[in-house]
Amino acid sequence: MKELKLMKGNEALAEAAILAGCDGYFGYPITPQSEILEYLTQDARKRTGMVVLQAESEVAAINMIYGAAGTGKKVMTSSSSPGISLMQEGISYIACAELPCLLVNVVRGGPGLGTIQPSQGDYFQAVKGGGHGDYKLIVLAPSTVQEMVDHVKLGFDLAFKWRNPVMILTDGALGQMMEKVELPPQLPRSTEAPAWATVGKPKTRERNILTSLHIEPDKMQGINLHLQKKYRDIEKEEIRFEKFECDDAEIILVAFGLVARICQKAAQLAREKGIKVGVFRPITLFPYPYNVLNKLADQVKGFLTVEMNAGQMVEDVRLAVNGKIPIEFLGRMGGIIPTPEEILHKLEEKFVGEMV
Amino acid sequence: MNEKTMTEEQHYADVIAEESICTNENLVFEKTNVLTDTPMHYCPGCGHGVAHRLIAEAIDELDIQDKTIGVAPVGCSVFMYNYMDIDMTEAPHGRASAVATGIKRVLPDKYVFSYQGDGDLAAIGTGETIHTCNRGENILIVFINNGIYGMTGGQMAPTTLVGMKTTTTPFGREVEVMGNPLKITELIAQLPGVYYCTRVAVNNPVNVRRAKKAILNGFKYQELKKGLSFVEVVSNCPSNWKMTPVESNKWMEENMFAFYPLGDLKVPANQPAAGKGE
Repeated sequence: MKELKLMKGNEALAEAAILAGCDGYFGYPITPQSEILEYLTQDARKRTGMVVLQAESEVAAINMIYGAAGTGKKVMTSSSSPGISLMQEGISYIACAELPCLLVNVVRGGPGLGTIQPSQGDYFQAVKGGGHGDYKLIVLAPSTVQEMVDHVKLGFDLAFKWRNPVMILTDGALGQMMEKVELPPQLPRSTEAPAWATVGKPKTRERNILTSLHIEPDKMQGINLHLQKKYRDIEKEEIRFEKFECDDAEIILVAFGLVARICQKAAQLAREKGIKVGVFRPITLFPYPYNVLNKLADQVKGFLTVEMNAGQMVEDVRLAVNGKIPIEFLGRMGGIIPTPEEILHKLEEKFVGEMV
Repeated sequence: MNEKTMTEEQHYADVIAEESICTNENLVFEKTNVLTDTPMHYCPGCGHGVAHRLIAEAIDELDIQDKTIGVAPVGCSVFMYNYMDIDMTEAPHGRASAVATGIKRVLPDKYVFSYQGDGDLAAIGTGETIHTCNRGENILIVFINNGIYGMTGGQMAPTTLVGMKTTTTPFGREVEVMGNPLKITELIAQLPGVYYCTRVAVNNPVNVRRAKKAILNGFKYQELKKGLSFVEVVSNCPSNWKMTPVESNKWMEENMFAFYPLGDLKVPANQPAAGKGE
C-alpha cells in the first residue's frame, strides 16, 4: 500500500528535492513560489545535510548555482517570472559551461511586475532561449502536483545525463494548489564527483576549467556546434508527451501544464455533446514533440491550442503541422485561467459549424 | 634528425652545461608549479602577473593545490585560469563572490578564492560583494584596484580618482557628475562577517612580500571558518593610464596610495598582521 499525502504543489516539489538527494538549494523569495524556500529551510539540512541558502537576489542565487553546479553537486533554484528574468545571464553561462542543475519557474502573469496569479507567459523565455546566445534548456511542464514531484528526480537525471540545465516550467496555480501525491523513497546524496567538476586538482589529472569564454571564433563556433549536436541528440531521445482520447478524435486540443487538465474536462463536455475531441499534452517543451503532432494532424480536422498567454506554444504547433490543418488558438492572460466551457465554446465556434 | 645536427646539439648542450650558472647552488628564484607555463597576456608593468604569482606561491607553500578552487572575474584577469594550475570557474561580470559562495557552501572543507577587479567587485558586483562579506563566507577575495576598466579600454571605474582622466571622463573625474571614488574596502572592513581585511600593493619588494603574507593569511584563515578574508591590491594600469611602467608606479605611489592608504583595516585578535608596507 503506497502512502499518499495531501500536499501543496510548491511544498511537494521542495520535499521531492530533499528525497532526490539534492545537495544544495539557493534561492530568493518571490510569490507564488516562496513556499519552496520556506519548506527547505525547515529541516532539509537536518535530514540530509543539504545546503539551503537564501541569496540576496536572484542574480546572486543563479551564480551560487553556477559555482555549486560546477562542483558536480546536485543543485537547484526556484523563482517566478520576474526573478527568472534576472537569472537569464547566469543561465546562459551555465548552459555554455554545460553544468547540470535544476531550475524551477512557478510562472506568474507578466510582463513587468505583472500579477502573482498563474500564467504560461514565460514559454518563449524557457523554450526559445531566454538569455543571450544559442542554447537550450530541457524544459519539463508538469500538470499535476504529482508531476511537480516526479519531475524533480527526472529533471536531475536529465541534467546529469546531458550536462545541461533543466527547467521545470509550472505556474502559480499548480504551485499553490493541494492534491494527493505519492512520494518517492529517500535517495542518498551522491559522494562521487564527476570527472569535469571543479573540486580541487589532484596531481593525477589536468586542471578543470569551467568557462563560457572562447575568444577565437573557430573555438567558439566549435563549442556552438557541439552544443547544437547535443540539443539534436536530446530531441531524438527525450521527447515526452501524453495523449488523451486522441485515437478517434476529430479535433484535438493542444495544451501544456495545468491547462491540459482543463482541456480534458472540455473534451469530456464535448464528447457528451457528441463531438469527438482529444487532448495532446507535451510534457517536454524542449525537446518539443513536433513529429508526433505532425502525424496527429493527418487524422483530425483541426487543432485548438489553449494557453494562459497571448499565443506562444501555438507557434510550435503551427511549425509542427506546417499548414496541413487549421490551428486555432484560445489564450487567457493576466492570471485568468480558461474554463472548460469557454474552451468548448471556442471549439464549437471554430470547428463544429464546418463538421455539420 | 641527421648526425650533423645531433653533433651540433650535443656541442651546444656541452657548452651550456660547462658555462651555465643555472645550477642548484645558485638558485635564488623558481617559478612555482602552481603557475602554468602559458605566457601571460598582461601588458608590461601590470600588477596582475605578480598578484597571480603570489596566489600560486601561497597555494604551493600551503600544499593545497588539490583542495583549492579559484573563481576568475570578467576584466583583464578573465583568463586567469590559463595561468593557474588549479581548478577554476570563470564567473559572469561582478558575480565571482556569489559563484565562490556556491562552491564553498557545497565544499566547505576546500579552499576557495575569487579574484576581482574594481569594476567587477565595486560597481556591477557591489551587491554580491557586500552580501558575501556580510554572510562571512569562509573564502578569500583578492581585489585588484587600479582605478580603471582595463579590458574594455580604459573607462572610468568606481575607484577612479577625482580628476583622473579616462576614456569616459576625458576631462578628469568630476565629483558633481560622477560622485566620489568608492572606498569599498573601508566599507567592507565594517562588516562583522569579515575576519581579515587589508590593503596591499605589489610595486616594490617590500610590498610584494607583505602582499604575499596577506594572501597566505587569507588562505590559512579559511581553516578557522570564522569569516571572510579580503585583500585589496592597489595596482597600476600603465596602458590605460597612458604611462610607462615606471611612471605608472610613481603615479600610483603619489596618488593612489594617498587616497587608498596601504595597511591592515581589520586584523583578527591573536593572528599575525601583514604590516603597513611602504
